[in-house]
Amino acid sequence: MKRRAFAYPYIVWMILFIAVPMLFIFYYAVTISGKLDLSVFWDTLKNPVNWKLLLDSIVMSLKTTGICLLLGYPIAYILSNMKKSVAGFISVLFFVPMWMNFVLRTYAWQAILNYVLPSIFGSKGTFTGTEWAVLLVLVYDYLPFMVLPLYNTLSKLDKSLLEASRDLGANGVQTFGRVILPLSVPGIVSGITMVFIPAITAFTVPVMIGNGNPDFFLYGNIIEIAFKQPTPNYAGGSTLSIILLISVFVSSLIMNRFDKEQIQ
Amino acid sequence: MKKATKSLKYVYLALMLFFLYLPILYLIVFSFNDFYNPSKHKDVFINLSKWNGFTLNNYGTLFKGAAGEALLLTLEIAGISSVVATVLGTAAAIGINSMRKRTRTAILNVSQLPMVNPDLVTGITFMMLFAFINSILIKMGLDQIGDFIKLLIAHISFSVPYVIFSVLPRLKQSSDMLYEAAMDLGCSPMQALLKVVIPDIMPGIASGFVMALTMSLDDFVVSWFVANSPVLSVHIYSSARMGVNPALATVIFIPLVTLLLIVNLRRIAREREYEIQNKKVKLKDKAQ
Repeated sequence: MKRRAFAYPYIVWMILFIAVPMLFIFYYAVTISGKLDLSVFWDTLKNPVNWKLLLDSIVMSLKTTGICLLLGYPIAYILSNMKKSVAGFISVLFFVPMWMNFVLRTYAWQAILNYVLPSIFGSKGTFTGTEWAVLLVLVYDYLPFMVLPLYNTLSKLDKSLLEASRDLGANGVQTFGRVILPLSVPGIVSGITMVFIPAITAFTVPVMIGNGNPDFFLYGNIIEIAFKQPTPNYAGGSTLSIILLISVFVSSLIMNRFDKEQIQ
Repeated sequence: MKKATKSLKYVYLALMLFFLYLPILYLIVFSFNDFYNPSKHKDVFINLSKWNGFTLNNYGTLFKGAAGEALLLTLEIAGISSVVATVLGTAAAIGINSMRKRTRTAILNVSQLPMVNPDLVTGITFMMLFAFINSILIKMGLDQIGDFIKLLIAHISFSVPYVIFSVLPRLKQSSDMLYEAAMDLGCSPMQALLKVVIPDIMPGIASGFVMALTMSLDDFVVSWFVANSPVLSVHIYSSARMGVNPALATVIFIPLVTLLLIVNLRRIAREREYEIQNKKVKLKDKAQ
């Protein structure tokens, strides 16, 4: 028996449950109860509300990504300069929350924003249902995903390059700007992709922290509603998902370009 | 000056860790809160705003009712799906590794879909797939696929790629000759696999299994779209307004930390050994 054959069960599985399901998005976008019907598809594409929400979500997601990068880069940088054995332990502490149930952590923030922070700031109201609260929890949820790739890149950086830069007369700021930062671009790029795209679709945060107020909806929310309403709107939801997939594809193309330019 | 920047660094790390752990600690502290207040409420009323007194009652009631069922379902799905995904993924990686480059790239590209797609998209594709299959089954007068099987298929599918991508690098490191040599020495293909190839790539398989297990335990989005019977995260989401027993946080958090620390401490120990070795070499160099 050839070794190839060990992969056959998986290949069957992959076609049935990974490849074929993707085709359903395109199938359901242009059919209604089994017949070709483009009416919902066009209506969804033409509806300006959807496009505005996509734009708003991209802006919100960019804010999240930017703050995560600003907070996360120093973390990764400090960790990468520590002794390996100490850094190994502390970095694990930073990644543990990644694996702690997303919904449960968001639920905890709900309580903190409603009870703890208002009493600290002497406010009578609650802090959920505000844009900054949604942003705060988004940053919280995705910060470890930014730190992880940055830490991986920075800790593999050849330290002798930094010494060389110092020897050639660069000061600390110059070494950082001209050597460390350019070399950490692959980490920055994969950090941004790990935060930016999931944040567009994080529909639980606007519901739990934004109190379900449509003003704070992200693009993921309209897809979620289309599918989870009592009579699911497969055609509309699929069309919205196609728009999402195209945006994801375009943004990964842009990010790849950045990555390549840096290598050249 | 140098000392000041150093302590500033530690303060920054400590602040960030505090930010990351604040909600988790909050839940763990409140899991010991006495929610039952006889003067005001007849029922247990989960309110995370006020401390009423210490109790262990929340741990006693944790596994009763809907939360208990959800926890059991989560563990069953995670256990079965991660084992199946590990077997399927390891076999796949071994097969893929010996394929020609073009076929290999094609398969790996499709396998990456669940990893690069937003999990929202993975969730709705499964929802539509099962709706389609069930509509056919109804027409044929057969039983529909139940929630348990749906969850199982979905969880296996999104965790297999993680197993494949943790096993493949190990296979690349190990020699291609091993399998052939074992066969030349009289092993059947199955024996060659089990006695020679698998032990060689065991660390990759183990980390793939841990990945599959944690992916399944942690999943909310896919399960939310696929099935109506709630796994734990879905249960938390849909009952968040009424209040969720915070003891769940402790029950999830403690085993998770233990698991991750065990996996990582081994790696850390290895790195420390390497560091010490390096120092010895440097000292020797200096001595010479």
